[in-house]
Amino acid sequence: MRPRLPLRVGRHSDNSAMALMRMKLSLGPVLYYWTREALMEFYAGVAESGVDIVYLGEVVCSRRHNLRLDDWLGLARDLSASGKQVVLSTQALIESESDLKALRRIAANGEFTVEANEMGAVRLLAGRVPFVAGPHLNIYNNETLAWFAELGAMRFVLPLELSRDMLRELQAARPAGMQTEVFAYGRMPLAFSARCFTARHHDLPKDDCQFRCLDDADGLALKTRDRTPFLTLNGIQTQSALVYDLSESIAELRSLAVDVVRVSPQSRDMLAIIEAFSERCAGRPGAPLEGLRVAAPCNGYWHGVPGMEYRN
Amino acid sequence: MPIPELVCPAGNLPSLKTAVDNGADWVYMGLKDETNARNFAGLNFDAASAREGLRYAHAAGAKMLIAINTFPQGQASKRWQRAIDGAADLGIDAVILADAGLMRYAAERHPQLRLHLSVQTSATNYEAINFYQERFGISRAVLPRVLSLAQVADVIRNTTVPIEVFGFGSLCVMVEGRCALSSYVTGESPNTRGVCSPAKAVRWEKHGDTLDARLNGILIDRYAPGENAGYPTLCKGRFNVDGETHYAIEDPSSLNAMALLPELVNIGVAAIKIEGRQRSPAYVAAVTRIWRAAIDAHAKNPQLFAVQADWANGLARVAEGQQHTLGAYHRKWK
Repeated sequence: MRPRLPLRVGRHSDNSAMALMRMKLSLGPVLYYWTREALMEFYAGVAESGVDIVYLGEVVCSRRHNLRLDDWLGLARDLSASGKQVVLSTQALIESESDLKALRRIAANGEFTVEANEMGAVRLLAGRVPFVAGPHLNIYNNETLAWFAELGAMRFVLPLELSRDMLRELQAARPAGMQTEVFAYGRMPLAFSARCFTARHHDLPKDDCQFRCLDDADGLALKTRDRTPFLTLNGIQTQSALVYDLSESIAELRSLAVDVVRVSPQSRDMLAIIEAFSERCAGRPGAPLEGLRVAAPCNGYWHGVPGMEYRN
Repeated sequence: MPIPELVCPAGNLPSLKTAVDNGADWVYMGLKDETNARNFAGLNFDAASAREGLRYAHAAGAKMLIAINTFPQGQASKRWQRAIDGAADLGIDAVILADAGLMRYAAERHPQLRLHLSVQTSATNYEAINFYQERFGISRAVLPRVLSLAQVADVIRNTTVPIEVFGFGSLCVMVEGRCALSSYVTGESPNTRGVCSPAKAVRWEKHGDTLDARLNGILIDRYAPGENAGYPTLCKGRFNVDGETHYAIEDPSSLNAMALLPELVNIGVAAIKIEGRQRSPAYVAAVTRIWRAAIDAHAKNPQLFAVQADWANGLARVAEGQQHTLGAYHRKWK
């Protein structure tokens, strides 16, 4: 067992002030492929919701095009006018020149903060503008976190598979001014591939996928042969079948001086989920999540055990 | 066109020696702990065997690499840093690193030490690779097994970092360094513990005529009588999607890019890597010997190059699974 370290965090050293400070709530990028109408309706609701920070953009597949960058920027301005802090998220797997071209446009947008989801994006942002270091950048330790701070990261998202004990260690030596964000709700994006598993399932080539991922607003369920829900196929991304849910650990997140709690979009009841988390972030009980999740919960990673497990 | 160097796996000293004997230009190895991505029981090197391995490699004109390519977590970097110090003290030819904090440590503390960017870094594009070059002076980058040949060529055109690609061995269908499936099921992943689908989580269950392969309780595959049961790597099982049971993520096949050797040489690949530190010395011997022969044959007469039948058969005999694939190099695989 690693020793539990006392918190020695510059900006957050006053624990009483910290307890009073409201943790912010963020809405991660939509990981699925939804129709333009569905996205517009979704974000119209989000504009009125209690979420503080909204991450926008296509992070999974460059073929998805129901919203183009100019559409995302338009949405970003609308949400910004509604009082939301907007961050543009970049694609997690960059393979081609056209991917890079899209990435450069986002990095140079000049208007909104960018969340870098791989190191190419970091190169385009480092030393130029403050950025958010996304969940896939593999910031597992204090030395790497310090390096990202020097590059200009204003916030980092904890890797999904790290536990609260690792978070405690990272927070104990967190660079001054660095904010910490934790993925706290949603099916977890566990892996990326060059292969599109949705197209593979439909026996279609990736280049002619017919955008079949539009059929599955919350991804395509993959079950074991004894019919246990196991994973979720979402194009080139593989997610957990279970929904990561730290709604019962909000007080702990606060005591660990986490600045931002992230919820990841699902196709239904998202505003109710935002509300439930928003209340908890404000230190109030909040409505229970039973009936709102698209699948059973898990929280194993938080407890340092297999991610699919659930601990009370 | 320069002749690509052949980079071969060494899970232990006998494998290292046989790789060197059969013509490897580089051999790569790791320590007996979680600092490397093949942290398997009974595998890897201690200080004495590493010293002997380096002596043996150098005596034959080969070079030795150490993989320190997992991610220290929280405040645990010291152990990984000591591994880097030890490798530098030993006089190793290069270290393969994945974690940025460790790269910075190595670049600052051991400026003479040559750094290779591990496949676990997930650097799939030249912006990322050039960034590591600017910041840490990397001398080589190993590409994840996700790019098509044309995409590999594009990376090479846009960087001065020599590029190493996988030529043969077990195939990760996911971007390396970006896969937490194993920790989702077992609590241990390549990034955190240097393992995928660890053996201690595997359970075989016989029910009548069928054989179930489980990983921490999750049914990865079920075998009918007469079916070949493979190791339950969690992405290579048969699963049910929409009522249809199939290899929904990846078939139990392995990568063999030998047929693409002329193209790999033409686009300027600096080195070809063979996967398999967890495999036997016999595997290492066969694969090294055959790839050495192929690379030499191509160098001698590129126009006449063709994959020889005995090479293909020799590789097929040691391959994992029943079939070979060109993987992502071939667009259709995606």
